[in-house]
Amino acid sequence: MRILIIEDDIEAAAYLAKGLKEAGHHCEHAADGDQGYDMAAKSGYDVMIIDRMLPKRDGLSIIEQRRAEGDETPVLILSALGEVDDRVTGLRAGGDDYLTKPYAFTELLARIEVMARRRNPGEVETTYRVADLELDRLSHTVKRAGESILLQPREFRLLEYLMKNAGQVVTRTMLLENVWDYHFDPQTNVIDVHISRLRAKIDKGFDPALLQTVRGSGYSLREPD
Amino acid sequence: MSLGSINKTMRTTAFKLSAIYLIIFSIFAIFLIVYISLNTQLLMTRQLNSTIEAEVRGLVEQYRSGGMPGLVKVIEERSRRPGASLYLVTDSRGHYVAGNVAALPKWVLDERGALEQSVPYQRLGEPERKEYNAVVSVYEMFGGYRLLVGRDVGEREIFRKVVEQAFIVSAILMIVLALLSWMFVSRKVLKRIDAIAEASGNIMRGQLDERLPVTQAGDEFDRLSENLNTMLSRIEMLMKGLKEVSDNIAHDLKTPLTRLRNRVEVTLASESGDSESYREALEQTLEESDTLIRTFDALLRIARVEAKSTQIEKCALDIGAIASDMSELYEPVAEDEGAVLTWEAEAECLIRGNRELVSQAVANLIDNALKYAVRHVAEQREKSAKDGSGTLPDVARIHISVKRKGEKPENGDANDPRPIILTIADNGQGIAKEDRARVLQRFVRLDKSRSQPGSGLGLSLVNAVASLHEAHIELGDNEPGLVFSIHFPPDERAVADKVAQESD
Repeated sequence: MRILIIEDDIEAAAYLAKGLKEAGHHCEHAADGDQGYDMAAKSGYDVMIIDRMLPKRDGLSIIEQRRAEGDETPVLILSALGEVDDRVTGLRAGGDDYLTKPYAFTELLARIEVMARRRNPGEVETTYRVADLELDRLSHTVKRAGESILLQPREFRLLEYLMKNAGQVVTRTMLLENVWDYHFDPQTNVIDVHISRLRAKIDKGFDPALLQTVRGSGYSLREPD
Repeated sequence: MSLGSINKTMRTTAFKLSAIYLIIFSIFAIFLIVYISLNTQLLMTRQLNSTIEAEVRGLVEQYRSGGMPGLVKVIEERSRRPGASLYLVTDSRGHYVAGNVAALPKWVLDERGALEQSVPYQRLGEPERKEYNAVVSVYEMFGGYRLLVGRDVGEREIFRKVVEQAFIVSAILMIVLALLSWMFVSRKVLKRIDAIAEASGNIMRGQLDERLPVTQAGDEFDRLSENLNTMLSRIEMLMKGLKEVSDNIAHDLKTPLTRLRNRVEVTLASESGDSESYREALEQTLEESDTLIRTFDALLRIARVEAKSTQIEKCALDIGAIASDMSELYEPVAEDEGAVLTWEAEAECLIRGNRELVSQAVANLIDNALKYAVRHVAEQREKSAKDGSGTLPDVARIHISVKRKGEKPENGDANDPRPIILTIADNGQGIAKEDRARVLQRFVRLDKSRSQPGSGLGLSLVNAVASLHEAHIELGDNEPGLVFSIHFPPDERAVADKVAQESD
């Protein structure tokens, strides 16, 4: 993926670029708002990572202008402001996701990979399939190897989100945000418990195990290599 | 007084007010006095004239019926009365016939009818030659006789003098009053303004606990001072909160930072630096910094909520739905820990609030309840196993409920006026009465050993969220365990908000 990083902290941007390069992405960096806007306008990127507070030009205004000009490139906003309302203003400006500093690099990586994949909004799939696991979004049914699996409504939504992003790493906070719509950090790792319940239903007694734990990051639903 | 101080005096509000008062009042008083005196003079003149005319008519009638002797008799009789009018009867040649006038200007008797101006005269029988003024009327009678009747105008003159005096006295009085009011305003009112200015000066210089003076007068100044004082208290509270946060940071964040730093230092200094031990140290460092970030975030969030930032968006929230959602989120966790989490919620428990914050508060409460109940029950079990008493204590139980307080009112009003109570009850160790107020403060952990994970900020956030929603917290005894309840006041706007949100 071609990724544009607009971030005024050179050292932070360098770390970010290094990490993304190791994950197999190509990065370009802009150190202020004006330069960032010019680069975003000139060449197409797959994902943009934009810091909210930038010299010369505010990050949100770059996003607003690019959106007004018809640029649909997914944008991840980085900000030191992490309150609920800051997030809302960021997303209203046209950002696709919002991450508060300091963040875990694995969290950022998982988010931009999921974001970049979500680029065809017109195409709505009604069934998801991973190996022999099937989820029908219309009839709300789940089958593994042809066998019906009964899920609670929340478990269904959890699996739906995992399957939608099958093959990608999803973090605990991403699950909490997208499945439960909460943006705070519960002290206990409630997500792990919900995952293990879901795992007991979809993986127990079947082979191979599809719902995998990615150490240090989160979970991934995929067929093992 | 120097020129400068006079200038300064003239610029004061009190001086300006007094000067305006003096000018306006003087204009009004002059108008009033002139008006009254003119009207009274006119009235008195008219009265004199009509009296004279009536007398003239009476005397002429007397002359017609009783002839000259009759008229002379009546005039002599009337002249003797005290305060009598002036009477003079002359023959055709102008010789005295009867009356009480001794001297009169010659031309007067040649006139006819009521005279426009007053005339000097001398009364008959007065020892000294004194001249008075009178209004007179002359009438020619049958046979060339002339009749003059007049009235002294002394009364009118006296009245004019009285009015003049009243004018002077009131003018002096007004000036004195204006001076007095100026002094009053400048002494009393300006003194209060000065006091307020002085107090605010002190506050500006950093004495944040100082307050503006409030008298018992209950006037505008008191209202202003009271409002400003309320504002100052709020600012002081926020400042205190800020200071507390920085104290907390110094205390509770420096400790883990020191630990973190020491670990890195020791790892770097160690001779046998194999990559395994480096990795381990780095992993611990990462974990520790994550904990630090979490604590830091929690502190910032509490400070923000406590500041009651108006930016915190509020909308209609069903507390029952939030409690159910959160219970559902934690239910598998409870089950994993061998605890029983149950919940019940009345329908339509609407408040106006921030979903994210209220949810986090509920999550923190469930988290706490779970942690303490599970631990307490485990300890009890361990103890009874040691005693060999054989009776196993109950499992850890947490019950969450959302209810309206009291009976439902008769009328089916959409705005239920009853407060909403969110209760989280557990069967843990509970909190001793004397500790109940304390646990809501930042970094307060009753667990002295701090063996359990936690920052001591969970309940502080709950407290801040409750006060943001104007709710109050009650901690009670569940016998055994803790009952933590939040009482949300009813909010009429919540129902309207919900309707608006649904129609969006």
